[in-house]
Amino acid sequence: MTLLSARRSKEGGPIGLKLGAAAGLAFLHLPLAFIILYAFSNEDRSFEFPPPGYTLRWFGVAWNRPDIWEALGLSIRVALVSTALAIMLGTLAAGALARAKFFGREAISLLFVLPIALPGIVTGIALRSAFSLADIPFSFWTIVLGHATFCIVVVYNNAIARFRRLSPSMIEASMDLGADGFQTFRHILLPAIGTALLAGGMLAFALSFDEVIVTTFTAGQQRTLPIWMLSELIRPHQRPVTNVVAVAVIAITALPILAAYYWTREGETVAGAER
Amino acid sequence: MTEAVLGTAPPDTPLRRVSDALVGRRGLLLALLLAPPLLWLGIIYLGSLFALLAQSFFSIDEYSGTIVYEPTLKTYGELFAPANLDIIIRTLMVATAVTLLAAIVAFPIAYFAARYARGRMKALFYVAVMMPLWSSYLVKVYAWKLLLAKEGAVGWFMQAVGLSGALDAWLSAPIVGGPSLSVSYTGMVLVFLYLWTPFMVLPVQAALERVPVTLIKASEDLGAKPSQTFRHVILPLAAPGLVAGSIFTFSLTLGDYIVPQIVGPSSLILGQVVYTQQGTAGNIPLAAAFSVAPVLIMGVFLTIAKRTGAFDAL
Repeated sequence: MTLLSARRSKEGGPIGLKLGAAAGLAFLHLPLAFIILYAFSNEDRSFEFPPPGYTLRWFGVAWNRPDIWEALGLSIRVALVSTALAIMLGTLAAGALARAKFFGREAISLLFVLPIALPGIVTGIALRSAFSLADIPFSFWTIVLGHATFCIVVVYNNAIARFRRLSPSMIEASMDLGADGFQTFRHILLPAIGTALLAGGMLAFALSFDEVIVTTFTAGQQRTLPIWMLSELIRPHQRPVTNVVAVAVIAITALPILAAYYWTREGETVAGAER
Repeated sequence: MTEAVLGTAPPDTPLRRVSDALVGRRGLLLALLLAPPLLWLGIIYLGSLFALLAQSFFSIDEYSGTIVYEPTLKTYGELFAPANLDIIIRTLMVATAVTLLAAIVAFPIAYFAARYARGRMKALFYVAVMMPLWSSYLVKVYAWKLLLAKEGAVGWFMQAVGLSGALDAWLSAPIVGGPSLSVSYTGMVLVFLYLWTPFMVLPVQAALERVPVTLIKASEDLGAKPSQTFRHVILPLAAPGLVAGSIFTFSLTLGDYIVPQIVGPSSLILGQVVYTQQGTAGNIPLAAAFSVAPVLIMGVFLTIAKRTGAFDAL
C-alpha cells in the first residue's frame, strides 16, 4: 500500500495544503502569462503595468528582422543535430546499463548524469579551455559538442526507465522463437522503447534549443536564439521585439514538452510491462 | 543454444553469425554498447574537466598577464583572499536560501500531488510542474525583469492592495533590501526560486509516493497529532527527495551567472566571477580554481546524498 490508496484521499486533503499547492502552482505559472501580455503592449520604453494600450504591431516588426530568423535557424539546426547524437548515445548507454551488473557500473552511471549534476558554467568553461588547448576554432560543431554532452543524459534517463519496465522475458521469447539479435531489436525492442526515445529526444531538443550557459562558452561569433535574447536582456535595443520573440520561444518549447509528456504517458501501458 | 530447442535451425546469414557472437558473449555486447557513449563523455567531457583542473594549478604572471605553465598552489591561495572568500560565502548563502525556500514552496505541491491528486488531476499536476521546468530559461528570467521593474506588475500589485509601505520597509532592510526589487538580493533569490522550484517538486513527490500509508495510519492510531505525524514520519521519509531536489537547486544556483547579471545587486556571485575571470580578465587559472569550488561543494553534497539514498528519488 502506498499513499495512493490512502482512505483520507476521499476528503481531498486539508484546506491549508490545497491553498499551499495552489499558491505554489500560481507562482510557477503567472510570470509567463505576463510575458504574453507584454507582447501586445504598445508601450515601448518601460515595463509599465498595466500596459497603457494594446497593439499587434510588434509581431510584424519582429517578423521582418533577419537577425532573429538567422538566430532561430541556427538554434534549430544545433538542436536537431545534438538531439540526433544524444538519442544514439543515450540509448546505447541505457541499453547497456539497464540490467547489467558489473564492476564500475555505478561509476559509469554517475558519469552519465554528471553533465547535469555539475553546474553548467563548469561544463562551459571546461569545454572552452579544452578547445583552446587543442586549438579547435569555435564553430557550429563546437556548440553541438557541448549541447550533445548534456542532452545525452535526458535521453538516457527516459530510455533507462523504459528498459527497466520492459520484461526480459519478451526478449527471451523472441530469441527462443528463432529471431536473431537484430530482428529482436527491430521488432520487439524498438517498438517498446520508441516512444521513450521520442520523448527523450523532444526534451533534449527543448533543452538544446533553450541552452545559453554552456553556449556562451562554446560559440564564437555564432548567435543562437538564446544568445540573441541574452544580449537583448543586457543591452535592450527594442524591448517590444524581445517580448514577441519570448512569446515565440514559449510556443516553440511548449510543443515538444507536451509531446514528450504524451508519449511517456502512453508508454506506461507497454506490452510486457512488469507492473 | 536456442536453435537446438527448435525443429528447424534459422538460416545461417552473416548477420545471424554476428548476432550469435554478440548474444553468446554478454561482455562483448555490453562493451560495444557502452563504447560510443563512454568515449564521447570520457574524451569530450571528462577530458575537458581534467584540462580545467590542470589549468587551476597554473598561475598568471602579475606583470605580463600571461599564464605561467608551472604547477603551483598559488592560484588556490588566491581563493582564500578575503574578497574571494566573501564571494564564495555569499554564493553559498544565496544557494542555501534558494534551496530552503524551494523546499517550502515545493512541499505542498508535491504532497498534494502524491497523496490526494488522482487521475486527471494527477496528470494536470504533473504537466503543471513539467511545463515551467522545461520552458525557456531566458524567457523565465526575462519575465521577472518585467515583473520586478519599478513600474512593473509587482510594484503595481503591492500598491493596489495597499502594501507598498511594507515593500518599502522590506527594501530598506539591510542585506535583503536595495534601491528596488530588481537590484536586491530579494529579487535575485525570488528569480532563482522561481527557476528551480520545479526541480525540487519532482523528487520530493517521487519520495512521497513511496511512503506507505500504513505507516501514517499507524502513527495516527498511536495517538500522534497530524503535526507529529508530519514531523516524525512523513518528513524523515521525504528527506531523500528533499536532498535530491537540493542537488539541483544548489548546483544550478552555484553555476548561474546570468540571473545575477540581470536581477540583483552589483556585488558578484561565484558564477559571474568565473565568467569575468575567463573572459574579460583572461585569468583562466583563477577562473578554473573558482570553478573547482562548486565542483568540490557538489562532491560533498553528492556524497551525503548517496548516503541518504537520494539517488533513488532522482
